[in-house]
Amino acid sequence: MFSYCSDPSQLEGLVWMSCYLTSGTHLLFYASFGTVFLLLALTAPAALALGYAGALASRSQIAPLRWFGKTYTSMVRGIPDILFFLFVPIALDQGLEWVRHQFLCDSGTPVRQGNDFVVCPAAKLPLNNAAEWVHNTYNLTLAIIAFAVVFGAFAANVLYGAMQAVPRAQLETAEAYGMTPRQVMRRILVPQMWIYALPGLSNLWMILIKATPLLFILGIEDVVYWARELGGAKTSAFSYPHPDWRLYYFLALLVFYLLMTAISERVLARVTRRLSRGQATLGGEALRREAAA
Amino acid sequence: MKTLTLAAAALALTAGLSSAQTIRMGTEGAYPPYNFIDDATGQVTGFEIELGNALCERAGLECTWVRNDWDSIIPNLVSGNYDTIMAGMNINEDRKQVIQFTQPYTPPMPSAYAALSPDVDVENGVVAAQTNTIQAGHVAQTGATLLEFPTPDETIAAVRNGEADAVFADKDFLAPIVAESNGQLVWVEGFDTVPMGEGIGMGLRQSDNELRETFDAQITAMKEDGSLNELIRKWFGEDALVFE
Repeated sequence: MFSYCSDPSQLEGLVWMSCYLTSGTHLLFYASFGTVFLLLALTAPAALALGYAGALASRSQIAPLRWFGKTYTSMVRGIPDILFFLFVPIALDQGLEWVRHQFLCDSGTPVRQGNDFVVCPAAKLPLNNAAEWVHNTYNLTLAIIAFAVVFGAFAANVLYGAMQAVPRAQLETAEAYGMTPRQVMRRILVPQMWIYALPGLSNLWMILIKATPLLFILGIEDVVYWARELGGAKTSAFSYPHPDWRLYYFLALLVFYLLMTAISERVLARVTRRLSRGQATLGGEALRREAAA
Repeated sequence: MKTLTLAAAALALTAGLSSAQTIRMGTEGAYPPYNFIDDATGQVTGFEIELGNALCERAGLECTWVRNDWDSIIPNLVSGNYDTIMAGMNINEDRKQVIQFTQPYTPPMPSAYAALSPDVDVENGVVAAQTNTIQAGHVAQTGATLLEFPTPDETIAAVRNGEADAVFADKDFLAPIVAESNGQLVWVEGFDTVPMGEGIGMGLRQSDNELRETFDAQITAMKEDGSLNELIRKWFGEDALVFE
């Protein structure tokens, strides 16, 4: 990165360190933190949307939709996360490639040949000659879908419980005013349920942050991959030889995750306060007293 | 006539497509000097990367490198994530059940035991090896207790911190580590050169015969004109085993 880094073997001390910490592999390491943030930023809303849909489905008057909602939440919650993370990306990838194979190739050739899963070059997803970032984005997308499906099921259960927890009296009052069920839902139930959902959702958010290293299992080069790769002892075959430094790299990750959760806790505390305003809960009551005093 | 021209056009189009296909080369990127990540650039480098690029160039193929963990390197080849494996993978019968290999591009490379002292009992002690390697298979057959790790680097760390009595791996991988350990790591007496395997080859899907033949022909050519031996000497030292 810096011009004086061209021959690292001549460097020492802090200068060596400044070159070491800006080497090509370290830049990839820093970029992998972006992958983690991206995963969080995309998974959280996707999981919340899936959870909302799941909760609505579970409450639906239409039996098949209700069964679907219930099955989704109980099935996904009952299967170990890791199994799901291993299953969803492979199943999606091979499923999509199989479908493309049926349409884009002479479908005379079988997809399964002995041990091999072979689709014609045109059916490959992404195509073999696609740029590296396309491959990376594709893999990350599959991972995000897997995360969203798993966390969506938990969110569905939290939101379902929150909807049940809104005081019946509130809904009855709305009905007495002549609101239709749809209006009751939109004007009373949904705005009031968030404060009941928040403890559960904040738990999920924390678990999601801590689950991001599972990307590593999916073969995505995330922070854990790079910490292990960079920390390992390096011989003079490398530009920056050093002994086993994995301890320091993992320590840095530990601090990173602690910071992430500490910041999240603060933000969530503020959100709780905001959502408690005017609610028929203890928190809402406390805010009222505060304002009156 | 019209259908004929259409068919011809379609053929030309698909033929053009197939020749422009990029070959995705899978490697581990954690096994110097065979394959590792160059810390200055962040790209993979090593003996196998240089050899693979040379083979592709000779065959007129466009190739890109894909890093994949050793653990899942065969399953991901078979399911089509990439087309070849060049990752210091020894040719052996168990692997041939699942994938196929080109002819070896190295002579049978010896393996070796390294430990903190030369008199370690490697036949009854605890020996570290990387999962799913021929070395791990060998240790399991001796009386030693096998301690497996997902990356080669962790097998060395296990010996350094006393978790394992010795590490068993390709000698060419261990040699620079032993040499640069300031005497901390030494070869185990009598076990510093253990003949192993049939040589390292490029792994391909069993259904990919055409690609195997292409690479086989180029390996033969590089063996004949001496450029393969040159590469081996460049990466493994002047007294490395070479082809006759």
